[in-house]
Amino acid sequence: MSNKIKRKLICIRCPRGCEIETTIDGYAIEEIKGNICKLGEEYVKNEINDPRRIITTTVRVKGGIYPLVPVWTTAPIPKDKIPGLIKLLRTVELDAPVEIDKVVIKNIFELGIDIVTSSTVAKKNENQIQRNNNTMNFNNKHHNK
Amino acid sequence: MIRYYDLIVIGGGPAGLAAAIEAKKNGLEKVLVIERDRNLGGILPQCIHNGFGSVIFKKDYPGPYYVKKFIDEVYSSDIEILLDTMVFDITSSKKVYASSCDHGYQELQAKAIVLAMGCRERTRSQIRLPGARPSGIFTAGTVQRLVNIEGYMPGKKFVVLGSGDIGMIMARRLTLEGAKVERVVEVMPFLTGLRRNYVQCLEDFNIRLDLHHTVKRVIGKNRVEAVEVAKVDESLNVLQGTEELIECDTLLLSVGLIPENELSKRAGVDLDTITGGPFIDESLETNIEGIFACGNVVNIHDLVDYVTQAGYLAGKNAALFAQGKKSRRGRKIRLLNGENVHNVVPHFVYPDVIKNDSIMLQLRVNKPFENKIRIQLTDSKNVILEYSEKYARPAEMIVIKLQGNDLIKNITSSCDKILVRVMEE
Repeated sequence: MSNKIKRKLICIRCPRGCEIETTIDGYAIEEIKGNICKLGEEYVKNEINDPRRIITTTVRVKGGIYPLVPVWTTAPIPKDKIPGLIKLLRTVELDAPVEIDKVVIKNIFELGIDIVTSSTVAKKNENQIQRNNNTMNFNNKHHNK
Repeated sequence: MIRYYDLIVIGGGPAGLAAAIEAKKNGLEKVLVIERDRNLGGILPQCIHNGFGSVIFKKDYPGPYYVKKFIDEVYSSDIEILLDTMVFDITSSKKVYASSCDHGYQELQAKAIVLAMGCRERTRSQIRLPGARPSGIFTAGTVQRLVNIEGYMPGKKFVVLGSGDIGMIMARRLTLEGAKVERVVEVMPFLTGLRRNYVQCLEDFNIRLDLHHTVKRVIGKNRVEAVEVAKVDESLNVLQGTEELIECDTLLLSVGLIPENELSKRAGVDLDTITGGPFIDESLETNIEGIFACGNVVNIHDLVDYVTQAGYLAGKNAALFAQGKKSRRGRKIRLLNGENVHNVVPHFVYPDVIKNDSIMLQLRVNKPFENKIRIQLTDSKNVILEYSEKYARPAEMIVIKLQGNDLIKNITSSCDKILVRVMEE
């Protein structure tokens, strides 16, 4: 008995977003139609057997002018590893100052992909406006706590 | 005591930074950027997602990464910067009045001004959303700032009104941070953001999108408790009997961006009611000589790369003006949006000046075209120029670089209007 399934995907390789229809038999891709270029074909092949995404998120910063620094994956990671990555990043806290392109986690889940910062966070000094993580004190903008 | 500058750039986001950098490169001595936030970068520092730089750097960067390149360049040049400083008035004679905690009231005089104030989000009251007025209703950009910069989670169960990119991107972000996004609701029958965002922000996380639906009213006493959504007809009116209650504690509004032009108005700059931004010519000069405008303050962009390009152009021309090397000469032709075109920029071209230059034409269609289209520039009788695109959507601004020469060689001496229209092939 054949195991053929038809799937509809929207390609995300460029803004056009071609609607592609593909026929799959088990793990084999039998047909791809609806794409206008080779990128769409590549996308379908990857998406069916090894769907990956770039993840952008933040990690905590201690002693910085902001409580967070944005980070991202250096390459797309398998979709099923995303929840694990997010859970792991919740345990990370960096000390300010944090520089850009800093490796936060090297070789995540043995994938050969790193998590790096995409911005900087300067160290908070006494002259900076106080940011308490639990309250927003607009009245006490220039007081040192 | 008045301080004098060659150029004052109002706004330290990607548009303003590019303008200041380019003005400096073109030999201006005293260039000042005034920014009301405590840091440069505009909106980009909170746009931690990737998708920036595909045109300028041929790379795919997160927002903060992209804008840091320009921030670094500004800090390493001798461009003056005023942070945490609010400009509250500008005049047609290019006086700038500003105020800050550190320096108090300041009176500044510029030879040229570049307006780069960006845009604001459309609010609940502007869309006249009925119902209770509890806490828990935010614009998507506000939530983006709270989550990505300040480190707050503003709610646990969300409904998003609007399928624009900001709304979809925040739906993904909030889900990754542990919230539940119950529904994304879009009043139009088509996605107003990019398709790739539908896949990687909604489909990836099984977030349901309802097109041709809207939020009819908000329910809740002190905090949002639910929203009532309903289907709409072709005229976007609510269809009775299709109402559905969705329990949630936060409503996210992603219902449009509005260029921020209060200062422009004060200076006497004429504004286009269609774009909400100043009327500009091909050099990005407004009706007031020596006042230029670029970026989202003129028209809303979806790619920051085009904002940077506009910033460079405004900076270059502002420098020429401040150096006394630029003046408007000859007649001007009005470019108007024609059939299927929502808006086109620039609004004016000076045919006697543009001979050897290229012009950046930016336009948006008012509905999606999924097949080949033709973009036609016509005077009252003939097609002057024609371009084709494989498709066109409201979410994706079309940018055409046209040669001034090509435009003027096909027009008559009496031509004062050119219509820009889009036709299906």
